Amino acid sequence: MNLLGIRPRRRKVIGEIAGFDKWLTFAMVGLLVLGTLLVWAATRSWFALHGLDPQYYLKRHVINIVIGLVLGYVVTLVDYRVLRGYTPILWVLGILGLVAVTLPGIGSTVNGARAWISLPGGFQIQPAELAKISVILGVALLLSESQQADGHPGGKDVLKALAITSLPMAIIVLQPDLGTAIILGVAIVGMIAVSGAPTRWVVFLLLFAVVGTVGAIKSHAMSEYQLKRLQSFVNPGADPQQSGYQLRQSRITIGSGGVLGRGLFAGPQTNGRFVPEQQTDFIFTVAGEETGFLGSSCLILLFSLFFWRAFIIAQRTSDLFGRLLCVGVIGWLAFQTFENIGMTMGMMPMTGVPLPFVSYGGSSMFATLVGFGLLQSVHLRSR
Amino acid sequence: MAQRSRQNLLVVQVLVISLMVAMLGRLFYLQVTAGLHYQNAALSIQTRDIVTPAIRGAIVDDNGLPLTMDRPGMEITVDRSVLTKLPDKGTKVLKRLADLTGNSFADLYGRTRICGELKVGKIANCWTGTIYQPIPITKLATETQALKILENPTLFPGVVAAPVPIRSYPSLGGENAVHVLGYVGTVTQEDLANQNQRYFQGQTIGKTGLEFQYDHYLQGKPGVKTVSVDRAQRVMSVDKDTAPIPGNNLVTNLNISLQAATEKALSDSIFNARTLGSRADSGAAIVMDVKTGKVLAMASYPTYDPNMFQKGLSTKQAQGLFSEANGVPALSRAINGEYAPASTFKVLSVVAASHAGYNLNSNYACPYSLKIGNKIFHNDDTNVQGTFSLQHAIAVSCDTIWYQIGYDLWVKDGGLSPNHNPRDYFFKNASAFNVGVPTGIDLPAEASGRLPDRSWKLAYYKQYKDFYCNYAAKARKADLTPFLIAVAKENCVDGYVIRAGDAVNFSIGQGDTLMTPIQMVDIYAAIANGGTLYRPQLAKAVVSSNGHVVKIFKPIINGRIPATRSDLTFLRAALREVTVDGTAASVFTNFPVEVSGKTGTGQVQGKNADGTNKDSTSWFASFAPSNNPRFAVVEMVSQGGYGASVAAVGVKQIYSALFGVKDNVVVPTLAIFPTGAPPNVIPKIDTKNAILKKP
Repeated sequence: MNLLGIRPRRRKVIGEIAGFDKWLTFAMVGLLVLGTLLVWAATRSWFALHGLDPQYYLKRHVINIVIGLVLGYVVTLVDYRVLRGYTPILWVLGILGLVAVTLPGIGSTVNGARAWISLPGGFQIQPAELAKISVILGVALLLSESQQADGHPGGKDVLKALAITSLPMAIIVLQPDLGTAIILGVAIVGMIAVSGAPTRWVVFLLLFAVVGTVGAIKSHAMSEYQLKRLQSFVNPGADPQQSGYQLRQSRITIGSGGVLGRGLFAGPQTNGRFVPEQQTDFIFTVAGEETGFLGSSCLILLFSLFFWRAFIIAQRTSDLFGRLLCVGVIGWLAFQTFENIGMTMGMMPMTGVPLPFVSYGGSSMFATLVGFGLLQSVHLRSR
Repeated sequence: MAQRSRQNLLVVQVLVISLMVAMLGRLFYLQVTAGLHYQNAALSIQTRDIVTPAIRGAIVDDNGLPLTMDRPGMEITVDRSVLTKLPDKGTKVLKRLADLTGNSFADLYGRTRICGELKVGKIANCWTGTIYQPIPITKLATETQALKILENPTLFPGVVAAPVPIRSYPSLGGENAVHVLGYVGTVTQEDLANQNQRYFQGQTIGKTGLEFQYDHYLQGKPGVKTVSVDRAQRVMSVDKDTAPIPGNNLVTNLNISLQAATEKALSDSIFNARTLGSRADSGAAIVMDVKTGKVLAMASYPTYDPNMFQKGLSTKQAQGLFSEANGVPALSRAINGEYAPASTFKVLSVVAASHAGYNLNSNYACPYSLKIGNKIFHNDDTNVQGTFSLQHAIAVSCDTIWYQIGYDLWVKDGGLSPNHNPRDYFFKNASAFNVGVPTGIDLPAEASGRLPDRSWKLAYYKQYKDFYCNYAAKARKADLTPFLIAVAKENCVDGYVIRAGDAVNFSIGQGDTLMTPIQMVDIYAAIANGGTLYRPQLAKAVVSSNGHVVKIFKPIINGRIPATRSDLTFLRAALREVTVDGTAASVFTNFPVEVSGKTGTGQVQGKNADGTNKDSTSWFASFAPSNNPRFAVVEMVSQGGYGASVAAVGVKQIYSALFGVKDNVVVPTLAIFPTGAPPNVIPKIDTKNAILKKP
C-alpha cells in the first residue's frame, strides 16, 4: 500500500468493480442512462429547429458523465479511512473554491446566484457542489473521533462539527444558494443524529433549522429573487410571467404526460420549451411529459433502490466514520432529489438545485458520482 | 455498534422512504388523477387559433343598393399587455401614436384602459375586453401611418397595423339611416362568455339596429387557422386551416332615396320649428307600406355619423352619443321615443265612442271650454266652438266633445267609486289597438309606450304611495305648494282611482298616455288598409354572397283594430277632411295627391334644463292616396309646437318625394315607386359599384 492506499496492480482494478454493490451500481447506471436520454430529449428538437447542433448537450453530458465516472472510480480505489488524514486539506480547498466565486473576474452569476466559476470552453464549475463533499467528510471525521468513553460524540464534538460547517454554509447562503444550504443542513443533522450524539442536540438542531429558514425569509436576508421564488410557491398566480409561470408550466407539463407519456422526443411542451431550464433543474418535467407515470415513477423507484442499497451499506459497516459518510451522502442526495422533483411538482419551493445523476451540469455530476464512489468505497472496505 | 446510532439510522431511513413515497403519490395525482385536466391545459398553451374575419354581409335597400357593406381597410391596434411591461407603462408609445394618428394622448389613454381601471364617470369609451386582446384605435389608417408603424417596431412596441375589412357607409342617396342600421364593434367579454354564441376574441359583431338584429345572417364564418406555438409564440406547425365564409346580405324594405328624403324632411321640420320659436330638440319620421307593414323609410333626429366607429370612436364622441345636451343622438326616436299622442289619438276615441253607442253621424256641442269637477278644460289645438258633426269636429280637432264623452262614460262606470265591472270603453278599445304593447318591429330594444288604464294606475300607486303619503318630508322644497300638497294628500288616500281628469285627458291622448312613432304609423296604416295591424318589418330577404335567396320575410299580422266597417268609413272621411277643411288644410292646399291625416299637439309637463317650460310635441299621422291608400307617413317633432305648422309640413315634403310632386304637379318619373307600390322582387345586389363611387 502506498500513501493513498491505492493498490497498484491492474488485476485488482477488475476486482474492485466486481466487489461493488451491484444494485447500487445498477441504480446509478439506470439513472445515468435515463438522464442522458432526457437531456437529449430536452434539447434536441429545439436546437435542430434553430439550426444548431441537436447533439450539443448530449455530447457535453456524456463527457461530464465520463469525467464523473473516472473521478468516482478513483474515489473507490482510495481507502476512505485514508481520507481522514486529508480531510482538513479538502476542507480548506472547499472554502477556497467558495471564496473564489465571490472574487470579481473569477465568479459569475447565473440565475441570480453568484455561485459559478467560468472555465475556458464554455464549462462552468460550481464550487458549492464540491464543498458539500468536503464538509460531509469533515463532519464525519469530527463526530467519529470522539474522545468520550461510550464512543458517542458529546456536545463538544457536535459544536466542533457545527463550527467547521458554519463557515462554508455562511458563504453558500450569501451567494445566495439557499437550496444547497438547506440540503447540506439536512445532511449534517442526519449525520449528527446517526452519530449517536445526545438526542437533545438533534432536536435543538432541527428546531434551529426551521427557525433559521423562517428567520431568513422574515429578515429579508434572502434576495428579492429568492423571495419571489418562495412567494410564487405559496401563491403560483402571484407572478404569472416569472417564477409562478415556471412552476405552473412545470406542473402542467408533468400532468399532461398522463399514464403512458407522449413518447420520448415527442412532448409538445418540452419541444416548445415552455418550461425554462428543462435540461438542468426542470429535467423531471421532460420525464413527466414524455414517459408519463410509467417512466417517471421508474425514475423515482431507481432513486429509492439507490438509497435502499446505500442504507444497507451504512448498516453493514462497523466503522462509525464510514457509516456517517454514507448517511451524509444519503442525506445530501435524497434531499436534493426531493427538493428538485418536489419543486417541479409544486410540493417544494423553487430552489435551483439539479437532479442527482440526471440533470445536465458538470459540477453536480462530478460531485454526485464522487458521492457514489464514497458509498462503494465504504462498501468495499466493510466486507 | 451503539444502539442509539442504529435506531437513528432507522429513523433517517424511514424519513427517506417517506420522501420517495410522497413524490410517487404526488406524481400519481398529477399524471393519473388530474392528467386529463393538465392535458387540456397544455393544449391551450401549445395551440393558438388565428382568426381571419369573414366579410360581413351588406345591408342593401329594396333595389339592391348598399346602405352599409365591408370594404378593405387598415387597422391600428394596441396591445396593452406589451405596453404594461414597458418602464413608463407605454406612455411614450401612446404619445407617439397620438401624434401619428392625430388623436390626443388623453383620448388614446382612456381608450386603452380596461373599464375597471378608470374611475366611475370617466369610463366613456373604455376598453371592454381584456389587456390580452388587441385594442383597435382606428380602422381607417392611411398607408403612410401603417408604414411608419411597421418600419419602426422599436418606436411602436405593441402597436400593430394590419389590413382588415371595415364597415363602410357609401350613402349613395345621401341617406344616413344609422338608427336603423345600427353599428358594429368588437365582441365584449360578456359576449364571449355567452355559451349560445361562438364568438372569437376580437370578432366584429353587430351592436345595435339591423346589424344586431340580423347579426347571425350577416356575420359569416371566420376562417380559423390552428397552429402549434412554442414558448416564444413562434409557430411550429399548422394543425388546421379553414377559409372564411362570407356572411349573407340583408335586403331591406328601405329605399335609399326615400330614406334620404325622409331624413331631409325631418331635419327641415326641426329647423322650421326652431324658426317658429320652438325648441325642437328631436324628432322622428316613418314611411310604411300599409298593405304589408314594410317600413320603407325611418328617420330619427338628432343623428350621428356611423363612420366614427370605424375611425375609432374618440372619448368625446362616445360621450356625445349619450349626452343630454346633444339630445342623446344614440336614441332612435322612431322606436324608443315615447310621447303623448294628443289629438292623433282621437281616431281611437272615435272607435271607443262608437262601441259605447254614440252615433258617429250626429251633431255634438263643442263649447270653447268645459268645467269638469272644479277644473276647466279648454280646446287645445284650435279656438273653434259651436255645434258640429263629429266628422267636422275631428277635422278641426275639437277637444271638448271628447271631454264630455269621456266624462260621461266615466260617470257611467261609477266615477270615483267604480262599478264592480266597469265598461272602460276607452281603455279596452286602446288596448285592442295595442297601445302600450311594442309593435315587434325587427329592431332591438323597442319601447312599449304606456296605456294608463286602471291596472297601470294601481301599480303606479303602489310604487309611489310612500312618496305621496310622506310628501312634506320627501318632496323638493319648490314642490311644496298648497296645490301640490293637496294633490299628494289625495293621491296618498286613493291614488289608484281613475279620476275624472284622467278619463278626460285619456280621451284626447293626453295625461299619462305615451306612444312611439312606430306604434302611431302602425295604427294609421291599419285604418288605411281596412283594419289590419301589421308587424312593421325592415327586413325583406336574406341573400347569400353568391346570390342564393336564403330567406324571404313575409308580412306578419299582429292583430285587427276593433273598428267596424262603418267606423272605418267615418274615420277615412274625417281624416280626409283634416287636410281639406281642417287643421292641416292650409298645408295641403293645391297638393296634387289626396292625403288623409290628423294633427296632434301634445302638451308636455315638466321643464327643460334651462328652466323653460317644455314646448308641445308636434304630430302628424297620415296615409295616402286617400281613395286607395298605400303609404302611411308619421312625423313627430319633440318640442316642435303645433302639429299643423311643423309635422304636417314635414309629412307633405315626404309625400312630395314619394309621389314625385314638383310645383304641385305629380311628375311620374320623379316618383320613388313608378308603379305606385314598393317593388316585390328580390333585387340583384350590387356592392361593387358602391366601392368605386364612394371611398
